[in-house]
Parts: sequence; structure tokens; C-alpha cells
Amino acid sequence: MSRGDLLRLSGLLLLIALAGCGGEADSAVDAPTAQGSSKPAYGDTYIEALQGNISGLIPNVLSDGPSFEVAQLIYNGLVKYDKDLNLVGELAESWQYSRDCLDLTFKLRRNVRWHDNRPFTAADVVFTYETMINPKTPTAYGGDFKAVESVEAVDPYTVHVHYKHPNAKALQSWSIWMLPKHLLESYAREGKLREAPQNRTNPVGTGAYLFKEWRPGEKVVLVANPDYFEGRPYVSRVVYRIIPSSATTFLELKAKGVDGAKLTALQFKRQTEYPAFRKAYTKYQYAANIYVYFGMNLRDPRFADRRVRQAFAHAINKRELIEGVRLGLAREATGPYKPGTWQYNPNVHQYPYDPARARDLLAAAGWNEKNADGILLKDGQPFKFDLLSAQGSDEGRKVAEIIQAALKDIGVQVEIRVIEWAALLKEYIKKRNFETVILAWGITPDPDQFDIWHSSKTSPDELNRIGYANPEVDDLLEKGRGTCVEADRKKYYDRLQEVLADDQPIVFLYFRDGLPVVSSRFRGIVPTPIGIQYNFNEWFVPLNLHRYTAG
Amino acid sequence: MLGYALRRLILAIPLLIGITFVSFLVIHLAPGEPVENQAGESSTQSDAKLRERLREIYGLDKPLHVQYWNWVTRLARLDFGRSFSPDARPVLQKIGERLPITLLLNIVELMIIVTLAIPIGVLSATRQYSTFDKITTVFVFVGFATPDFWLALMLMILFGVQLGWLPISGLRSPTWEYLAFWRQQWDFVAHLALPILVATFGGLAGFSRYMRQSMLEVVRQDYIQSARAKGLPERVVIGKHALRNALLPIVTVLGLSLPGLIGGSVIVESIFAIPGMGQLMVQAVFERDYPVIMGNLVIVATLTLVANLIADITYSLVDPRIRVAARRGRR
Amino acid sequence: MRGFWRAFRRNRLALIGGVVVVVLVVLAVLAPGISPWDPNRPDVRKILDAPSRAHPLGTDQLGRDVLSRMLYGARVSLAVGFVSVGIATMIGLVLGSLAGYHGGTMDATVMRLVDLMLVFPRLFLLLAVLAFLRPSIWTIMTVIGLTGWMSVARLVRAEFLSLKEREFVIWSQSIGASAYRTIWRHILPNAIGPVLVAMTLGIPAAILTESGLSFLGLGVQPPHATWGNILNEGKDAIEIGWWLSAYPGLAILVTVLSYNLLGEGIRDALDPRLRQSVGRIVSRAR
Repeated sequence: MSRGDLLRLSGLLLLIALAGCGGEADSAVDAPTAQGSSKPAYGDTYIEALQGNISGLIPNVLSDGPSFEVAQLIYNGLVKYDKDLNLVGELAESWQYSRDCLDLTFKLRRNVRWHDNRPFTAADVVFTYETMINPKTPTAYGGDFKAVESVEAVDPYTVHVHYKHPNAKALQSWSIWMLPKHLLESYAREGKLREAPQNRTNPVGTGAYLFKEWRPGEKVVLVANPDYFEGRPYVSRVVYRIIPSSATTFLELKAKGVDGAKLTALQFKRQTEYPAFRKAYTKYQYAANIYVYFGMNLRDPRFADRRVRQAFAHAINKRELIEGVRLGLAREATGPYKPGTWQYNPNVHQYPYDPARARDLLAAAGWNEKNADGILLKDGQPFKFDLLSAQGSDEGRKVAEIIQAALKDIGVQVEIRVIEWAALLKEYIKKRNFETVILAWGITPDPDQFDIWHSSKTSPDELNRIGYANPEVDDLLEKGRGTCVEADRKKYYDRLQEVLADDQPIVFLYFRDGLPVVSSRFRGIVPTPIGIQYNFNEWFVPLNLHRYTAG
Repeated sequence: MLGYALRRLILAIPLLIGITFVSFLVIHLAPGEPVENQAGESSTQSDAKLRERLREIYGLDKPLHVQYWNWVTRLARLDFGRSFSPDARPVLQKIGERLPITLLLNIVELMIIVTLAIPIGVLSATRQYSTFDKITTVFVFVGFATPDFWLALMLMILFGVQLGWLPISGLRSPTWEYLAFWRQQWDFVAHLALPILVATFGGLAGFSRYMRQSMLEVVRQDYIQSARAKGLPERVVIGKHALRNALLPIVTVLGLSLPGLIGGSVIVESIFAIPGMGQLMVQAVFERDYPVIMGNLVIVATLTLVANLIADITYSLVDPRIRVAARRGRR
Repeated sequence: MRGFWRAFRRNRLALIGGVVVVVLVVLAVLAPGISPWDPNRPDVRKILDAPSRAHPLGTDQLGRDVLSRMLYGARVSLAVGFVSVGIATMIGLVLGSLAGYHGGTMDATVMRLVDLMLVFPRLFLLLAVLAFLRPSIWTIMTVIGLTGWMSVARLVRAEFLSLKEREFVIWSQSIGASAYRTIWRHILPNAIGPVLVAMTLGIPAAILTESGLSFLGLGVQPPHATWGNILNEGKDAIEIGWWLSAYPGLAILVTVLSYNLLGEGIRDALDPRLRQSVGRIVSRAR
């Protein structure tokens, strides 16, 4: 009797489940016409889903993605990257780089005002620089300015920077967000920037949008800055809704509760192909600046042997990995640079999927016996190790599981350990107490990766965690950052990629794709290698398609 | 009685200190240290100096007992300190902005559950093994066993996407500021409807089973039989005599759930994008935000001790045998 | 004993519950033999395939057969239920008896320990344990057990406090029976009733806790399947992979119901007089 009820109830629940997955009836809010007028109009609101809470409003002292995303609209740097990944002026109108790369002089735009209407001047630039190098400032980005000898405000609209030695990243480092001296000086001096009210309730920048409101955990609201130096933005309001769950975000998209969000691979590939969705939203795809890798602790004698590392590279079928983990929405990585960028070198040693070759390499490295379970032996020891992955990363976990199966096929036994990030970082990675690990690196448009590959960067808090040491690489890294002539740098970095590919200090896996989606009523979006939001102040909604007229 | 209560109250302070001290130790000794970036990836930028600087700021370079002493003396002034997360806001502020919504959700949920559980429990007990009893048993256990997030997503799909009757997530609409006053209130209520529904459905099992159990026991007591023998109508027997006694354990359990009212379900909160205590605490644990963790712990500890004291006093007031035994045991 | 069986057999619901539990256990034990596929081997050509002949319960996000994973997962989920609750009950019994029987400082100490455990964030303990020890199903079960004994302890203590004053105990003590004997022969059997109830609610709670841990990314290490982590993976595919949520959810539901029916049946079938004392225990239980 109760079992009958049970069955009926579960039937009902299943029914609800099935009802949910049968493709979407178009919810009737609006049905944008394919064209609409393409005349830019002011107004409307853009609602974006943020996956995490922002931690503050002064990005210089923060380090999380959501905070940076919001800060992008509030602040500017002296330069920024355009859609072709070239550095162009933002707050700087022009600049002069001396031939020896030691002197950089910026001419600032005039008539730029802070959000509280005070003028932006060279004094603010100097102040920002001093704040970044102040040891009391809790920022991770002070290192960019280590090579600076002096920064001087020659006049209110000219800044002269003198470097101790040529530094290739010099220009890029000035994309750092500029902070208002007149408001933050006293806090910065004490090292209390995080406690400043501008970090919590009223940030002041020079950017396209003014801060309106931050309800922690709920939303951040920005409004257009009518005096923005590039012209008043069309979209008059931006609301960031904090929605931790990607399943919920997707439902909000369907119910038109948000206008833009980042899709997961599954959503992008399998849940958004039906006509109603394609009409209401436009999907974009670009290679993001993050690559996932299989890292090995090179202090471990097993992994110190290059043949073992190369064997692993051959044993992992990267195409399948990408298919399994990202449903194909990623690009294979052969090195630490993204395909399509100027520094990328496609002519490096490739590692196609070849388990036979993998086994040969392992045998050559001394792993030529097997035990009863089919695991390789060397001097009687089975080839067995732990693969660590960060908790909370479904992607990392899946990568680990696929690699585990792949290595099992060549006789290597892998145990996966998912460890929560704080413990993973402190107890395992920093203490170099790991065998192998699945991690990811976010890269910058500038090719300098000194901190990761240089043999001097191996102390616990530094980034050369695997303990890689190759004198040629050291030399290339030093040369690469020591000149500002792009052609020269290209030579060094090309060679760097060749060496890294031969050495395989880590197995480079893939660069994942960014998968943003935006309501189709927004025009002016141009997808580029750095995403779609870089020209947000140029997005607009044709007048007849405005959805939100308040505010 | 008064002496007992007084003694317990006085004992409460050192007890609180003891609990917080042990917790402080365990928390600080656990692996990991306050971390900033939770993304699971690292940027190619880092600064070892930043780590050092932060350790200094947080006072993590001092020995544990010194850190505890600093914390406790500040606590005595009701200063809960500042969060270790990059927004560096006062702990009380961070807790204070999330506590009300969590309390609201929990209290409403509790009220609904109790209102439903009592009649369900009573009716199931008086009609033990009947169809009603069996159906409700299955029903409450379906509620208990159904995963919260699944139910939440299903309801969101049904009411939010397909029917469009209720909002899907968050506490307020993005255009809330521009709505008229009454529409604002309705908007807020609409946003809470699904989370409360999900929480209630899952929580009904415990209370209703307890009520049923308690009622079953009471109904078999001798005095109920004698009440019936006296010719009192069943309605009075059950409604007046049985119910009053059966409700006693419920009241106690209610009292003991007091400390739980300030905790939130991180699963429900993250699915519904509700900024509540659950998410705050889980995030604090993962980020090793010690001040926030300890702040919450102190509040929970205080509430627990208070709830225990009230429960103990109520008991000994009610059952003279416990009082006697307690006194004898303490000799 | 025979009286017990007779009473138990009469309760049809409890019998159904018992049978289902036994079937689940058998399936779990036989899992390696009856699983049609390797539960841990990914196959990227079959990602999220709907239920079919080859895969009656569909495949998951890495192309693995859900039926096989459910069978292997049953071992974990059922074990989690038994072992964690077993640990919790044992600790609770011991501590509760000590507190209730001896009273005084022993009682106060145990009760304060209960308070400490209630106040301390369990998530933290889990993180600490999981980071230090090799996380395995055993460590998780132990931690769940170590953090779940409080209600049993209270129940048992309450029972002791009340029963201590009853006639047969005083009589037993007056003829010189040792404390141990008194506890074992006289008090504990009466305490079994409410403890059983606690267990029947505790086992499903443990299974659901394990599922909740998967939500936070803690729990059994990949690639091993548990109902909880299959369910958790299903949350990201709730519309196009409904089988990932429906089947584990159903399995958990069936298990929860069965344990509960079984437990209540056992309790009801024990000495009917117990129902009276259980009643008073429940009303004293804290």
C-alpha cells in the first residue's frame, strides 16, 4: 500500500523532472525582432550574473575575479588592451618610450574627472605608483613595479617613469587601476586601504560607470557616468547579481531574470541549441587566458627523468580529454601561450596520443617490469602516486579522472585526492609536499612568465612550485623581459616554447574557452581574444527593444 | 531551584571561555591559513611579501595563546574584530547583514513546520497504521529524503521558468527600488516562497515523527484510559489531556533548536542565491577567516548554553524525580 | 525472543522495510559481480547518454554507466549509514550511561562535552581531518560518527536518570549487584527503544550528510561512486541528465523509508511495556 504510494509519488517527481527538460516555451516577455533599429540609444539596464561575491571595490588590494570584473567599469589604467591585444591609451593620450627602454613618458588626457568631479592629474598616477610599492599595501601586484627607479609628475599632465633596467612589462604594468590621491592618501600611507570607505561604500574612479550600491552577497549596481571621457555610455545601468549556482544562473537566463552570464560547457553545447534561446540570446566563444596542466614535482626522482614526463604527455589523449571535460570547448595547449597570440610558437615538439610510445619511454627510463596487477615496476617499486586536485573544481576532478584512466592503461597507478583549496595550497603545494597535481595558470597578455619558470622562484610563497631549473630557460626569461623590442622578445619566447615542449616540466593540457552569453537586444558586442566586455561602454540597446526603463 | 539556576549562570562564563579556547586552538591548528584567492587557479603574479604582510596584519605570527588572549580581551569589549577577507569589514557587520534573513527564513519555516507537524502527528497517532498514517509517513519521508537542491531546482523550473509565477533566485528583483511600497513587500515575499517551501518540505519529517511518537506513548498511559472510562468524549481526552502531555517534548525540542536558528543551509542558500549565514560560514571556513568563524561560534555557544539552561530548568520543574536524582547525584 | 518475532512479523510495513534493506545489502555486496560495466572508466563518446538498453540508467558526465556506479555506490552509502551511526551510537551509549548513572561531576563533564561538540562547526573538523588523513570512506564515516553521538548520549542519559529511581534498580542494587551488572542487565535494555529510533533517523541522515559533503566537494575520493556524489554531479545537468538525479534520489528515498519502517517495527515489536517507558524517556529526552 505504501509502496504503491511511493511509486506514485516517485512517478510524480519524475514527471516534474521530465517536464522541465522538454525544451523551452518562449516566455512571453519580449520577442526581439531580428533587426530592430541599429541606431544607438541611451538607456536600459544590463543585468549580469556573477558567480561569486565581490570582496571589495578597490581592485588594487583584491585578487578575486568577480571584484575585478566590477572594477573594470569603475576604474581605468593609463593603458589598456584593445581587441587585437595591442596596448592603447586609456587615461594616457600618448607616450614615449626611449630607445634604451629606460625612460617612459606619458602624456595624460586632460579633462578627465574623478567621479567626485575632481580633476585627474599626474599626481594621482604618482600616488597610485607609491601605493603599489608601499610594503604596507596588501597587494599582489606590487612586483610589476620593482624595476621602477622613479616616477615623477613633470607637470599636471605628464608623468615620467625611469627604470633601473629595461623591463618589457613596463608599459603593460601601467594598465593598473588609477586611484584618487585626494581621497585615499591617508589610508594608503597607513596601509589601511582595505578599511577605506572607498573599498566598501563609495569607490571613486575615472571609469565609464559610477558606483551606486553594493548589497553584499546580493548585487552591485552601477550607473552610467555622463562625463566619461570616451563619451557617455549608452547602457544607463548595470546590475551584477550574485548567483553562486550555475544551475540557477541558467534558469534565470531562461526566465529573463539576467541578461548576461557565463555558460558552462554543458549548457553551451547541449542546453542552448533550441530556437527560442537562440533568438533571445547570442552566444560567444573565445579562448580564455587560462590553461589547465598536469604538474609533477620535479624534485621527485621519478619525475626528474624527462622521458617519464614525455611518456605521460604521450599517454594522455588531449582531444579526448577536452571532449570529456569541456565537451570540446577548449584548445589544446602545447605550451604556456595561447594559440592566436603574437608570442605563440606552433613549431614545437608535439606529443600525439601514443600509448605504445609512452610505454617505450617508460621502459627506457627503467620501468620495464610489471607486477601481478599490471603496474610497472622499477627496482621492485610499483609506479604509483597521488594526483591532487582542488576541491570545488569539477573540471579539475574530471581531468584527474581521465588522466587516471589513461595512465592506468600504460601501467601507472594513480590515486586521486581532492583537497580543499586552503589546505592544498598551504600544506601540500607550498610545502612542496605533492607528487602530481592538476592546476591551472591564468596568463597575461604579456608573455613574461619569469615567476613561474625561473629557477630562483622556488621559495614556498613563490610560483615555481614544481622546482623547474633549466639554465637556458633562465637565460631566455631574463632576456625576454629585459628588452622592450617586440621582435627580439619573439625570438626569445619562441625558443622558450621549444625548450619547454622538449622538457615537458608539466604536461600542458588545454586552454579553456570562455562561453559568455548576452541577451540579443544588446548591440555593439565584438568578440575578441580578450573576451567581449572590453568595450562595454559602447554596447547599446535599440530604443524599441529597451526592457528596463526605470533608472 | 534558584540556586541551581544561579550556579549554572555563573558556571556559564568559564564554560564559554573553555569552549571558545578549545575551538580557537583546533581551528588555528587545522591545516591551511587564511587565503585570498578561492578560484582554484593562480595568476602568474604573486608576491611573497604580501603573504608576510598579511600574516603580520592578522597577528598570525604570534604564538597561539597570545592570539587567543588578544581575541578574548577584545571580545570582552564586544569587539569581534575584523574579517580576514579582503573587505576587512567588522565581523559583527558581516554577521549582522546576514543574520536577519537567516533568522526570518528559519523562524517562518519552524512556525510552518510546527503548525503542520502537530496535527499530522496527532492524527497519525490516533489513527495508527491507517491509510492516513501510511500516506503521511511516506510523504514526510519523501520530504526528508529528497535532496534539497533537486527539489529547489525542480520548483524553480516549474514555478519560475514554465509558469512564471514566482521569481527564481535572490531576495529582491533588480528593479526593486523602483517599485511601489506594497509591490516591494510582495516582491520580497515572492522571493522567499520557494526557499521556505523547500526547507519546510524537508524538515516536516523530524517534528511530525516526534509528535506522532510522543502522542502514541501518551495515549497508552493509564490516565488516558481512566479519562475515557470516566466517560469523557474522545475529543476532550485527546485534545485536552493527551495533547498537553504529548506537547511537552516538542516544546523542549523547540527550545533546543534555538541555537540552530542562526545557522543556514548552504545548499539552499547557494541555489537560491540568498545571502545568509550558511554561505557566510562555509566561505569563512574555506577561507580560514578565523574572526568570522570565532564570532559565529561565540554566538552559537552562548545560545546553546542559554537554551540548555532553560531546558534543564523546565525539566526539573516538571519532573520532581529528576530534581531529586540530580540533587542526590551531586552529593 | 519468539514473542519479538511474532510481533514483528505481524507488522507488514516493517517486513517490507526489512526485505528492502536486505535486498539492498545483497545488491551492494554482489556489486562487482553484477555490474555490467566498469564503474570508473570514462568514455567520452557516451557523455550523458539517456537510459537505453545498454545503459538502463543512462551514463554520467564522463560517460560512465550509472547502474554500475549505483551498485558500487550502494556499498558506500549503506556502509556510511551503518558504520557512522554505529560509531555514534556506541559513543553515545557509553557517555550517556556514564553521565546518567554516576551523575554529579561526571554528568556535568559529559554534558559540557556535548555542548562543545554541538557548538563546534562540524565542517571545520571535517576539513581538518580530511586534509591531514588520507580521506577514505573510513575517515569520513568516523568523522560523521564522531560528530553525531550527542543526541544518543542525551537520550541514554535521560533514560538512566529516570530509570535509576525505579524499583527494580534499587532492588538490584540493594541485593549487592554491581553497577556494571545493573546497567547491563536492567537499564540498558530499556534504553534500547529510543536509541533505536535515533538510529533509524540517524542512518538516513548519515547518508544524506555524505551527499551534502559531496556538494561541498568533500567526501569520498574520485573516481569512486556514492549515491551522494552521483546526485551532486547531476545538479549541473538537471534538465538534460535527469537520470543522474532521479535514480540516486529514488535510491536514497527507498533506503530512508525502509530503514525507518524497519526500525519502527523493531521498536514496536520489542516488549510492549517498553512503549510506556519509551514514552517517558521521549518526554525527558533532551
